[in-house]
Amino acid sequence: MSAGPQALSLSFIRRETVPAAPPPVLVSGPLAWARANLFSGPGNTLLTLLALAILALAVPPLARFLVIDAVFTGANRDACRPDVVGHPVGACWAFVAQKINYFVYGSYPIEERWRANVFFGLAAVGIGWLLWLDAPRRGLGALYVFVIFPLAGYALLAGVPALGLAKVPTALWGGMLVTLVVSLVGIVASLPLGILLALGRRSQLPLVRLVCVIFIEFWRGVPLITVLFMANVMLPLFLPGDVTVDRLMRPLVGIALFSAAYMAEIVRGGLQAIPRGQTEGAASLGLSYWQSMRLVVLPQALRIVIPGIVNSFIALFKDTTLVSIVGIFDFIRTIESARVDPNWAAPTVVTTGYAFAALFYFVFCFGMSRYALYVERRLAAGQRR
Amino acid sequence: MKTIVAALTLALGASVLSGAAQAQSTLAGIKQKGFLTCGSNPGLAGFGVPDAQGRWTGLDVDFCKALAAAIFNDTSKIRFIPLSAKDRFTALQSGEVDVLSRNTTWSMSRDTSLGLDFPAVNFYDGQGFMVKKKLGVTSAKQLDGASVCTQQGTTTELNLADYFRANKMKYEVVAFATADETFKAYDSGRCDAFTTDASGLYAERLRAANPDDNIVLPEIISKEPLAPAVRHGDSQWADIVRWTHFAMLNAEEAGVTQANVDQMKGSDNPDVRRILGTEGKFGEGLGLTNDWAYRVIKLVGNYGEVFERNVGQGSPLKIQRGVNALWSKGGLQYGPPIR
Repeated sequence: MSAGPQALSLSFIRRETVPAAPPPVLVSGPLAWARANLFSGPGNTLLTLLALAILALAVPPLARFLVIDAVFTGANRDACRPDVVGHPVGACWAFVAQKINYFVYGSYPIEERWRANVFFGLAAVGIGWLLWLDAPRRGLGALYVFVIFPLAGYALLAGVPALGLAKVPTALWGGMLVTLVVSLVGIVASLPLGILLALGRRSQLPLVRLVCVIFIEFWRGVPLITVLFMANVMLPLFLPGDVTVDRLMRPLVGIALFSAAYMAEIVRGGLQAIPRGQTEGAASLGLSYWQSMRLVVLPQALRIVIPGIVNSFIALFKDTTLVSIVGIFDFIRTIESARVDPNWAAPTVVTTGYAFAALFYFVFCFGMSRYALYVERRLAAGQRR
Repeated sequence: MKTIVAALTLALGASVLSGAAQAQSTLAGIKQKGFLTCGSNPGLAGFGVPDAQGRWTGLDVDFCKALAAAIFNDTSKIRFIPLSAKDRFTALQSGEVDVLSRNTTWSMSRDTSLGLDFPAVNFYDGQGFMVKKKLGVTSAKQLDGASVCTQQGTTTELNLADYFRANKMKYEVVAFATADETFKAYDSGRCDAFTTDASGLYAERLRAANPDDNIVLPEIISKEPLAPAVRHGDSQWADIVRWTHFAMLNAEEAGVTQANVDQMKGSDNPDVRRILGTEGKFGEGLGLTNDWAYRVIKLVGNYGEVFERNVGQGSPLKIQRGVNALWSKGGLQYGPPIR
């Protein structure tokens, strides 16, 4: 069989070059991104167009109100009245500018306000120390945030006559100062307390378990607003006549216990997700209960529940506005008092006040959620393959 | 767990501060504390508003300052405790505040069943109407068939119904949940008239797109005598609150003002001499010193000055004296003689 030459003659030999293939559809650049993410199909295209239409409807009036037509300077209501200035007036930022000290400090005595500023500084140091994951001596940072800062902060704000700091009654505290105090107390108290309650609820000891279950279910079963009313309206009637509890302290304790109960359930969710083998493994290494919790179980459990914890912190931060209805002058309450000032009575002043509040809360809550995302991504790095 | 409970108990215990003892008289308690605690309004135009630095100003605030002036000769010795409408009476009953000065209507049920006393009326308020000028309405009696903006579930709504029924007029209620919404609706033309307490009408009018397009009608359809309140059972303290107000009225009547009070001290007019304590021992009868009223006028002013400064012509509100004028000028403010 001489198939060889025949087969050879049938073999295909390309004699000319292949025509160039058309260039690939854009894979990089803004146009490609838009095509892949915004117009990848008829459904997506429709949604994109809808979103654009909504933005086109909402953004220009908002921009006009907040920036273009807004009044930034002025000494009184005349600056923000359309019938005086002769053109439409948007947000009256002059009002916010004039009242800003009140919004930040409330009625805190003017000559003592440096103490509030130091408090803000101490809080920033503590938060930065604990949140910056590569910060040096973070163990010391935790001690600072959970022990030293609350004590120092209280001494600073309330005053210690022995140290030359005049007493400032809490009735004078107000504004962002109170909002931060209430939410920091809630956050600082609720995390450790919540972890202890969660551990207690899973304890082998029936009495401990019972106490924790009752505590958690009680505080979860009543609305926060009821707790606050109870604290500020009912409690004074129950106490003997010569005993009064500070007006700010009452809702503070209420909020701390309330958020601790929620935190306990979040942490318990994380604990339940950890396989039993982890505890058993820790025990077989000779670790005690607390050691195994601290070194093995909690680090894993807490990482799982970071979204839940942050969610709860954000909710707590916004819930602090509820203290305003029991007469605590938090940030929102200062806006509500200031907006009735007849010297600043103008059509847009109320809206401006609330827009300012929205901005304030948004910045803080958005910051918290972005930070949580960053931490999650970083702690989950070991799991990514 | 035990440690948590112990820690909580400790925390609660530590926060319990002993307040002023209830057994002693209110005045002795105030002197011992070194300051007056005043239940104030958390924000009402002209009556209790924080200024840019958070210091309280207003008619009700000035009344507390007058009390502090009478007791301490120092208007800074006050702690204002802003109270919501809900917790104001509890705060007074429980001794948290010495006096409640926050536009509280004096009514029989409050006077008799809450354990309170209302020593003197420092502002006669009442529900009124505001309409757009272009309607050409000059009296509430012409409001037949009008739509009226009002706040839901308030006595305002009930008063409105009573008034229109009594005058055999038809009307249509347009009710809203909050005061802000109600006024916005009126201002944007949803209804012909807007109703709330007269002092509130003047405050809201300022927020209108064009304040001058709106007028407040002369009719007042309800009685809202706003008075400071004290706990029942301490007559001496109630006397101090009552006579502080009367002294400010008498000073206005006698022409004693913040500016001329020092000259007036040398006056020969026996009325003036008795008010300012250069004659008689009237202050001692209250448990204060005889120049108590002099200090009130010197540091705060007479009633007319306080009125004009906070709600009258000296303020953006520009409320007319009306029924709050002195009795000698056709109003209801009548100070019994200091004699």
